[in-house]
Amino acid sequence: MVTNITSFGRSGLSDFIVQRVSAIVIAVYTLCVAGFFLVNPGMTHEALLGYFSSLPMKMFSTLALLSTAAHAWIGMWTVGTDYIRGHYFGAHATVYRMFYQFGCMFVLFVYVLWGLLIFWGI
Amino acid sequence: MAALASIAHRVTGVMLFVGIALLFYLLDLGLGSEESFAEAVALLDEPLPKLIIWGVLGALIFHLVAGVKSLLLDFHVGSSLEGSRIASGLSVAISAVLIGMAGVWLW
Repeated sequence: MVTNITSFGRSGLSDFIVQRVSAIVIAVYTLCVAGFFLVNPGMTHEALLGYFSSLPMKMFSTLALLSTAAHAWIGMWTVGTDYIRGHYFGAHATVYRMFYQFGCMFVLFVYVLWGLLIFWGI
Repeated sequence: MAALASIAHRVTGVMLFVGIALLFYLLDLGLGSEESFAEAVALLDEPLPKLIIWGVLGALIFHLVAGVKSLLLDFHVGSSLEGSRIASGLSVAISAVLIGMAGVWLW
């Protein structure tokens, strides 16, 4: 049996909403950054630095980074609880899933730290 | 098609979980210094890294388009059987065109 205690917001409805709100934030951010690259074909270090180093952009990047972590956690949780269960993995499925979830959490933690260092270190 | 698109939405999501590290790495290099920026550009000129980056961007494009379709579905746009078939086909077609364009842009 899979319980929901490891879900992001402790409830399926909350996760559902967070997944969609974070998706919209990431989508808008992605379109902005993609647009910047598209209108600057011969990208330079100076132009790239200029784009990412303004305070509003740093805040937007941070928002997108945190949204990505939440979005990825909910997505990976959904995938994990769908496939890493007794039917496929036998009696110890819950143990495997816990390791998987700790792994995901660790990776996302590293991404958040790395992202913060990138965005606020410039 | 709808089932395949749904699985592909998951697969590309997991691909992005891994692939985003590459995008972070490139951004880190690009923002670091003139020298590291040149390193990132040189990396992008190598055939294999370029292919992998195309793969990550392709996953991002598909995941984004499929996500927009999902959001529309939440508002009952294209939620009938026939509608979902059309929406899935459309999302795959739009993604394919955009992924192709991303390839042209990269090369």
